[in-house]
Amino acid sequence: MSDKFVQNQYNKTIKSYQPKPNYFLNCLKAFVIGGLICVIGEALTDFYVNVFDFSEKEAVNPTVTTLILISALLTGFGVYDKLGQFAGAGSAVPVTGFANSITSAALEHKSEGLVLGVATNLFKLAGSVIVFGVVAAYVLGMIRYAWQHFF
Amino acid sequence: MAKMGQQSWLYNNAIYINASGTAVGPMEADGPLSSSFDQSYDELHCNQDNWELAERQLMKDAINACLQKAGKDHSEVDLFLAGDLLNQNVTANYVAKELGIPFLCMFGACSTSMETLATGASLIDGGFADQVIAAVSSHNATAERQFRYPTEYGGQKPKTATFTVTGSGAALLSKRKSNIRIESATIGRVMDYGTKDPFDMGSAMAPAAYDTIKTHFQDMGRTPQDYDLIATGDLSAVGTPIVRDMLKEDGFDIEEMHNDCGLMIYHSDQPVFSGGSGCACSAVVTYGKLLNELASGRYKKILVVATGALMSPTMVQQKESIPAIAHGVALVREEGF
Repeated sequence: MSDKFVQNQYNKTIKSYQPKPNYFLNCLKAFVIGGLICVIGEALTDFYVNVFDFSEKEAVNPTVTTLILISALLTGFGVYDKLGQFAGAGSAVPVTGFANSITSAALEHKSEGLVLGVATNLFKLAGSVIVFGVVAAYVLGMIRYAWQHFF
Repeated sequence: MAKMGQQSWLYNNAIYINASGTAVGPMEADGPLSSSFDQSYDELHCNQDNWELAERQLMKDAINACLQKAGKDHSEVDLFLAGDLLNQNVTANYVAKELGIPFLCMFGACSTSMETLATGASLIDGGFADQVIAAVSSHNATAERQFRYPTEYGGQKPKTATFTVTGSGAALLSKRKSNIRIESATIGRVMDYGTKDPFDMGSAMAPAAYDTIKTHFQDMGRTPQDYDLIATGDLSAVGTPIVRDMLKEDGFDIEEMHNDCGLMIYHSDQPVFSGGSGCACSAVVTYGKLLNELASGRYKKILVVATGALMSPTMVQQKESIPAIAHGVALVREEGF
């Protein structure tokens, strides 16, 4: 046995056996799908502004809610996971990805009951996003408060 | 039974596989081996309410098909050896409850197929049982939930990932003659070469397959040419060339007669990343296609090396590397049946 496959070289050696991810293509797919989701969001905002006479600011909430609904439905119909495999970050980063993580967890744990199954596991994946979102908001809020107060 | 070398068993008595049964899900039924399965379902739920029940149904179907072919009732079976991938081996446990056969639950991750077969044959050889059923199962959705994310979660997987086979395979063993004999077995050691990526099990398991295959040749005094086929369990497109190159460096060229069950079970254009995995991968391929080929005479002698990544999501999160194991069983064709 040559040095190639000894234990401490193994992790280096196997790199040549692993198929390389195509970073450029992955970025392009993420950009196009992520962009398309945002275009849909823009169209929804325009729809709520023009048809229901919301102000631009007021239209944000119904827009986000509609996107979440669409994402939850696509998750239930088994489409969003296939979209996720294709688009990667493009479908994971927008609010639709967040909705998918919650809906998929709820579906997965439905067989364990409504309280200990669905409710307990709902934020299994999204929980970390919420924790770090709240912590980051708190830290930045404090910095901003201090900045405004002392300068 | 004769111990050969450090890790191999050569059975003293002739132990036979009298019948086998397989049941699979939709993706496997669409694959190139579809005609070799006894039962297949066109949807992942297998007419059940949840994924765990679906997996249980598959194992029951495989055992029923096996017993039916052998013309036996489960009350005639002395011992049931089974395992799966779920916590506490729930599929095997609940099926054992329904069967009412004395039961030894086994876990070797995806190597459990050959672990149960080798152990079952040794217990018959030692006179502790006359008829044994060896069975394993895995299900794509239960495995996803157990080891990864919810099934509908849209996370992107790398190309090195594998796709858990939905299915179950069972075999009935005894000293009653048939045309497939279990000749010898090599029990693997746990190998850990320090890989930590749960989305690349082929790389984690290749050293275990290498060690078991090499040890089998050394213990039994054989060469790759003694076999018409050497089938590894689920090394996939990543692990397959690694194990071939590792063995080649030690002077064992298996390229000609080696194949991987994870590559045999699906068409290359099916969306399964680098290939199939799971307990059922080696089981449904071996107990379907490979036994058929032995029975038809296309193969005279084969070595099946089921590979298992002993992976735990908790250990992976604690930054531990992934240990792996492989068990090999040699099957030979008996003429005159």
